[in-house]
Amino acid sequence: MQETYLVELKNITKRFPGVTANDKVNFNVRKGEIHVLLGENGSGKSTLMSILSGLYRPDEGEIIVRGIKMVFRSPRNAISAGIGMVHQHFKLIDSFSVAENVILGDDRTAPVLNIKDVENNLAQLSARYGLDINPSSMVWQLSVGEKQRVEIVKMLYRGSQVLILDEPTAVLTPQEADKLFRNLREMAGTGRGIVVITHKLNEVMEIADRVTVLRRGKAVATLERGQFNRTDLAWLMVGQDVVLQNKKKSPPGQRKVLELKGVGCLNDLGRNCLQDVSFTVHQGEIFGIAGVAGNGQRELAEVIAGLRRATEGSIIVNGTDITGFSPRRVIDHGVALVPEDRLGTGLIPNMGAVDNLVLKDYRRREMSRGPFLNRRKAYEKVKQLVNRFEIKLSSLDAPVKLMSGGNLQRLLLAREITSNPKLLIAVYPVRGLDIKATEAVHNLLLEQRERGMAILLISEDLEEIFKLSDRIGVLCGGRITGIIPSEMTDIEEIGLLMMGGTGEMVL
Amino acid sequence: MNQEILVAILATAVTAGTPILYAALGEILAERAGVLNLGVEGMMLAGAVSGFIFATKTSSPWTGLLIAMLAGGLLAAIHAFLTVTLKANQVVSGLALTMFGTGLSGYIGKSYVGMPLPVPFHKVSVPVLSDIPFIGPVLFNHDPMVYLSYILVPVLWFFIFRTRSGLHLRAVGENPAAADSMGINVFLTRYIYVIIGGMLAGMGGAYLSLHYVPSWMENITAGRGWIAVALVIFATWNPVNALWGSYFFGGIDALGFRLQTMNVTISPHFLKMLPYLFTVVVLVLVTKRNMLNRIGSPRALGLPYDREER
Amino acid sequence: MILPGYVIEKRLTPSSTAYVIIPILSIILALAAGAIFLELSGRNCFEIYSRMFSGAFGSRYGLSETVVKAIPLTLTGIGVALAFRMQLWNIGGEGQLYMGAFAATWVALTFPGGSGWWVLPTMVLLGMLAGGLWALIPAIPRAIWGVNEIITTLMLNYVAIFWVDYLVFGPWKDPNGFNFPMTAQFSPGAILPALGNSRIHAGLFFGLALTVIFYLIIYHTRWGYEIRVTGENPNSAHYAGMNSKRNIMLVMFFSGAICGLAGMSEVAGIAGRLQQGLSPGYGFTAIIIAWLSRLNPFAIVIVAFLFAGLQVGGYIVQTSGIPSSMVTMLQGLLLFFVLGGELLTNYTIKRMPANPSGDDMR
Repeated sequence: MQETYLVELKNITKRFPGVTANDKVNFNVRKGEIHVLLGENGSGKSTLMSILSGLYRPDEGEIIVRGIKMVFRSPRNAISAGIGMVHQHFKLIDSFSVAENVILGDDRTAPVLNIKDVENNLAQLSARYGLDINPSSMVWQLSVGEKQRVEIVKMLYRGSQVLILDEPTAVLTPQEADKLFRNLREMAGTGRGIVVITHKLNEVMEIADRVTVLRRGKAVATLERGQFNRTDLAWLMVGQDVVLQNKKKSPPGQRKVLELKGVGCLNDLGRNCLQDVSFTVHQGEIFGIAGVAGNGQRELAEVIAGLRRATEGSIIVNGTDITGFSPRRVIDHGVALVPEDRLGTGLIPNMGAVDNLVLKDYRRREMSRGPFLNRRKAYEKVKQLVNRFEIKLSSLDAPVKLMSGGNLQRLLLAREITSNPKLLIAVYPVRGLDIKATEAVHNLLLEQRERGMAILLISEDLEEIFKLSDRIGVLCGGRITGIIPSEMTDIEEIGLLMMGGTGEMVL
Repeated sequence: MNQEILVAILATAVTAGTPILYAALGEILAERAGVLNLGVEGMMLAGAVSGFIFATKTSSPWTGLLIAMLAGGLLAAIHAFLTVTLKANQVVSGLALTMFGTGLSGYIGKSYVGMPLPVPFHKVSVPVLSDIPFIGPVLFNHDPMVYLSYILVPVLWFFIFRTRSGLHLRAVGENPAAADSMGINVFLTRYIYVIIGGMLAGMGGAYLSLHYVPSWMENITAGRGWIAVALVIFATWNPVNALWGSYFFGGIDALGFRLQTMNVTISPHFLKMLPYLFTVVVLVLVTKRNMLNRIGSPRALGLPYDREER
Repeated sequence: MILPGYVIEKRLTPSSTAYVIIPILSIILALAAGAIFLELSGRNCFEIYSRMFSGAFGSRYGLSETVVKAIPLTLTGIGVALAFRMQLWNIGGEGQLYMGAFAATWVALTFPGGSGWWVLPTMVLLGMLAGGLWALIPAIPRAIWGVNEIITTLMLNYVAIFWVDYLVFGPWKDPNGFNFPMTAQFSPGAILPALGNSRIHAGLFFGLALTVIFYLIIYHTRWGYEIRVTGENPNSAHYAGMNSKRNIMLVMFFSGAICGLAGMSEVAGIAGRLQQGLSPGYGFTAIIIAWLSRLNPFAIVIVAFLFAGLQVGGYIVQTSGIPSSMVTMLQGLLLFFVLGGELLTNYTIKRMPANPSGDDMR
């Protein structure tokens, strides 16, 4: 007899303009298991789960819940069929309280709200699963970890039997991730099916009862615990051997390129978000900033680039105090920034490659003729960059929003690197990129280091930090909780610092 | 200034503020759902002219009011279709709506210009309440539409902030993706509140042609729809604040009117400028204040929602 | 979803044929919708449309009148398009036009005998300055505190119009003008030269020159590049070190200045005096023209000409009892169809995948 799954996806195909995100994918979830969906960025994991949670409609294929075929027209259908999704980018309303977020869209809520009752229920529910949250606090006041717990409680409250978590550890410290995994195991113990989406092999090894590997939109294997090991999974995921080359590093120079002295600033809500931040970055050095996202990383990059006002302290670049300089003067002093938000800040989505590549040097003498922009020069420069950085373009004038993530990042790095900065700030430079593109970006950064550029690397991925950095500074709650040379520490110690523990300061 | 004149000015402030209040309440609902509708002026005009025509034809201001709501709602539905379904630019669509409403009302109202309305809304004193000194004549000696707005304001406040549907409305305007992921129908919600908003704007327009003037002339609204849009920001998207705000603007209107009759030697043209100048000044002050207190518009205001946007 | 069974899907690249077809299709559909209203009020729409068309384009006089109307429409169209390029919604073109007319009139009335070469250039400069400063009033709070410029520019229209009303009803009223709300006639030195014996005046030259200047600035200068970047993505502009506050004020100033020039050329080119109701809403029509032209300066000239024809045609049929508001209504309808048509440019309509299971949702 055929096994009845909690949920089963059969031959799912989903096309977006220009790409087939899922190609005849089969996937199922059993009662009480943790099923990991493994794949690189862009392999179609999130699309598949968005189909399962009713957000997207498949072009072909079937969704079967406990043996019954179903069509999800919206997330409402999926939720009432017992399928809940915790998105990577939380779907929470910042200006609402936790309780208000949880009862959204729930028909059982009384027409006239009785928030006190809801809060009591929630307190009980979250206590039962060891997910501690305060139902009456406002979402914008919560830490990332707390927000994730709210998302989980939200789905439990709606009675989800299948819980999908999209890259849940991306925003957690290693210790928080351990706690999450214990919670998930407990939930699976109550007969629920848990799906964890990830691209991290160690997570599969740690928690998976079963794993399904997606590669370029196709499900290439589904394996039971005991049938898989790291090497096989890596091979299945990438489809070719991955050579992780670790380039020999020449030692960093001695000259200070960037020096922060007791810098503080406010976040968008007007609250203190950086306090007393001090560190230096030398010539030919990669200084990594580790920390859970939302602990002041974005603001740190912005304050150095002049995009945010420092409320205290001073920022010195190459001996010049640039505190309070306009963004333009900071650029002129040799600071380049690869921002977190590629299409939202770093690039202009609706403009072509030419217009995007001259963004930083359009006002330089060689790009202009009087008040006019020298288009010919701009085209020459762009053609040269496109060749040198192997950027794939359909045409020089096509809007860049049509490019893939890897190409976008190459474009952005090409522009920033060729402006010959003394200091390059790279914020989450490989977020969302697949392994090959990641390698390319890493090699570019290492090359610049060899050429003597000072690089401030901000990342939430500890493996990346360890691989590239000469020294690591840990940012927690807007403070630097430790600065340690990378060969003198390990992930565990950095993890403790990320939670606010103090390490010995080794400078 | 003696008390009699003060009472007269305040009572006029209430009637002059009422059309703005209706329109602003409607716009609050639409904007709470994340849809900016700059077509308020056009919807008010459509309401004013259709209300006037039908009140004349049926000899009932109530029928006129009903038709005015329909007309406002119908125009708003065009806006909803363009901006929600077709994801058109909300600013431009709103401007088109104002232009269309202005032209349409002028066109169909041509033969009614200057005609007196046989059956306007009449004043009805509220028993007991209207006898309260000072407050009575200011607040409780008006027409039924004013009393209706007294009820509407607290009802809408309660609806927006204390009910499940109100919570869903706010969720859609703040973060449609989150609302959608929890099973709230973003499109339907936006349609509903944009259309209700249009109906309220139509009522505001009808108030002008059925009581305040009461007759039809081209551009009878004279920018009140725009003042209502500004008022929504002033009111921080809260119906109760919209009430004070409307009466404030009504008061400026009334003051200008009153000054003219009191032989003050200011050109009437300057007095007519007052509400518009005040709107600019108030908007600047309020935006500054909102910025300092970090009160913002609904987060998704003006943005189309596309579930499969990648 | 617009129809059951069909979905709207975003196109990867906008359809290029749609760029041409949609404006044409929109005009046809708007006229068709307008025809419904005409027929409903018992008029023969074919007759009215053909009279409008021949009135505007069918005769020498009609054509020259259309060109005369196209001048302020082109100028204000270019003016608001400049601001739109930076996502600044300047809805105050009408008021800026009035202020430009006011300042130009001040020059003409202050130097009544002035026939020197400097009179017209001074009128141009002061007219532009007045329009620009009028636009700067909303631009400053917008730049500093983000105050919504849609509402402030619009409110200032009313103020400018009442200001001109005050002048022509009060201090500036022509004592020999039989009590009409208008100023005295300008001296010949303060009147723009006309083309032959037509009413087409030198303002045409302003319009065409500004079209070219607009094109050069937006597409070929560094400042224009800043404007385009800021309009597309203000975050990028900030990140690249562009001074958006300064640019907001500059762009609004020039946007207003161009509208002010339209006002100057109206008083100095057509009437030779300032009068009430100087503009039949050029500043508002300009918004549609700019949007319909997708902010392309050369398209603005063409669309302005067509709209001028619509306006002239509207005047012609007014004699047979068609209210002038019909033209406003048609303009609103046209904008609706253009907006709806953009869907076809950026999206395709696709049949939904068939659901093998049908509608057995529970």
